[in-house]
Amino acid sequence: MALTKIINKLAIVALLGALSGAGMAADNVGFVYVSPIGDAGWTYQHDLGRLQLEKETGVTTSYVENVPEGPDAERVIREMAKRGDKVVFATSFGFMNYALKVSKTFRKTAFVHATGYKLGKNMGLVNARFYEGRYLTGVIAGEMTKSNVLGYVAAFPIPEVMQGINAFIQGARSVNPKAELRVIWVNSWFDPGKERQAALTLLSQEADVITHHTDSTAVVQAAEDQGKYAFGYHSDMSKYGPKAHLTATTHHWGDYYVKTVKEVQAGTWKPTSVWGGYAEGMIRLAPLNKAIPADLQNRIREMEKQMTAGKLHPFAGPVVDQSGKTIVPAGQNMTDEQLNAMNYYVQGVVSKVPN
Amino acid sequence: MEGSILSSILFATIVAGTPLIIVALGQLIAEKSGVLNLGAEGMMSMGAIAGFAISFETGSVWLGVLGGMAAGALMSYLFAVVVLTLMGNQVATGLALSILGVGLSAFIGKPYESEILPTIEAIRIPLLADIPIIGEPLFAQQSLVYFSWALFGAIVWFLYRSRPGLVLRAVGESPSSAHSIGYPVIRIRYMATIFGGAMAGIGGAFLSVFYTPLWVEGMVAGRGWIAIALVVFATWRPFRVMVGAYLFGGVMVAQLFVQGSGLEINIPSQFLSSLPYLATIIVLVIISRDQNTVRLNAPVSLGQPYRPDA
Repeated sequence: MALTKIINKLAIVALLGALSGAGMAADNVGFVYVSPIGDAGWTYQHDLGRLQLEKETGVTTSYVENVPEGPDAERVIREMAKRGDKVVFATSFGFMNYALKVSKTFRKTAFVHATGYKLGKNMGLVNARFYEGRYLTGVIAGEMTKSNVLGYVAAFPIPEVMQGINAFIQGARSVNPKAELRVIWVNSWFDPGKERQAALTLLSQEADVITHHTDSTAVVQAAEDQGKYAFGYHSDMSKYGPKAHLTATTHHWGDYYVKTVKEVQAGTWKPTSVWGGYAEGMIRLAPLNKAIPADLQNRIREMEKQMTAGKLHPFAGPVVDQSGKTIVPAGQNMTDEQLNAMNYYVQGVVSKVPN
Repeated sequence: MEGSILSSILFATIVAGTPLIIVALGQLIAEKSGVLNLGAEGMMSMGAIAGFAISFETGSVWLGVLGGMAAGALMSYLFAVVVLTLMGNQVATGLALSILGVGLSAFIGKPYESEILPTIEAIRIPLLADIPIIGEPLFAQQSLVYFSWALFGAIVWFLYRSRPGLVLRAVGESPSSAHSIGYPVIRIRYMATIFGGAMAGIGGAFLSVFYTPLWVEGMVAGRGWIAIALVVFATWRPFRVMVGAYLFGGVMVAQLFVQGSGLEINIPSQFLSSLPYLATIIVLVIISRDQNTVRLNAPVSLGQPYRPDA
């Protein structure tokens, strides 16, 4: 592993060289990305937000992609603050401590960290309620499955991923109580070969509708090859599987970025913790596939409206975990604290949590 | 039902092991000549993007594979010029080649990130493919899987049954002796290194054109390093390389199947994910524990520069 470290170091030295040459702009906004922008996925969606920001506010932006979640991230963030960026968006969980540390040195710069939990004096937080979209895709999956077996390729058992898995099966079971969900952990955010292999494994073991919480499009493509159904994640992945891709849970950061930068420019910005979902326009479904029957499409559209209005909660009680323990009694909704501490499967998931 | 699961596990195992076999056997030849090229990850990345781009542009899978091979060969040629002609340090140059290949492939590959290739049909061998359980895994695979077996056969024959193979091994054992009886050490090392690069390129093209099939930055995901490690743990013997590659693929696939079966097992998935590495290392270390065979098979001059004196 020492080798990869050396490689990362070298890459960062080259990176910083490029950064310092970028020069100072009056109202520059910096973005730190954990992976390459690519054509779909987590960072791609953040970059769409960045482009929207440029278009709507006229500020100049710059970004550094493929920044590892380690001490190197601190150097990239520090460099952006040092050259005078007004706002720095650090868009990956692992940047949290580094962004917070740098924010203490540069009190006049506004920092925003995505998906973390440490609020600072000049560091705000943003996250999205991905599970809202997951619930809706679960409803579609519950209706579309013939084998009643659904599949999920997942990266690491952190609360955000657990929320997605549980919301998916909650949605499916709300319309199809016989549905069960099988989860394969690949222990990697990004390894297209392994993701594809996991998807093929699920499909060969009866699953006929699958989805993933990893970063490539391999799972959608595997479903397309096998003539089964899949949901995309992060971005609309329909071009990778025109027949298989039923829809996707997509993220939209642009409005939030615009709002934040305008507040900073007006001097009214205060660091806050924003957890936005359907209501804030941060989560949406990609266009629905024609394979979804019209009346189901209408029901989904109706559920989207209810979710936006706050009337439909993916974890509305009763929520019962695998062992039969009631987590949320009927008539209540799961609280944000409970969501953030989620480390169990709800009923309907057949595998065990890997801990 | 059990039979069909076993069959799909075997099938997936062979597919997962194939790129490792092709790359590792190529590296084995290079290392047998005494050249240690740590750039496999970079050469595979270049092979993957070249294979994908050329397949995509021309619509021909085979031109793509040839292109991947050429890209890997070109990368290893660069390496060979630095370490064989300019006497550069092999370890440092190999690392640089890895970084260069991964980065350059990402740069070249930008326009291809949104593209996809059609899945390539398997070649069914009549009758044999209908054998229960082992028929599908062994006789209904994509062409490059058969290629990996042919490559294995060719390399075993070349190394242990042919005169040029003997010369290659002599060059790796003692370049000065080989030189003194008139063999062109540097030229032989050039050829072995370029062969290793060409195979790494094919291995990369297998990933992007046959396996996934898509191109994204970083898609090789460490397989180049695994291939290099396999050669060492297999003590430079082709059959053990093959065993190691299938073992690695097999344990990886089997743990996915266990997870996907919904069986209640109390083993953390993080441990399951590390099993392929553990199992491969343990098994190869055990079968290679005899110091004499290790000494017999390890190329003595591996990684050392050699300058023929006049």
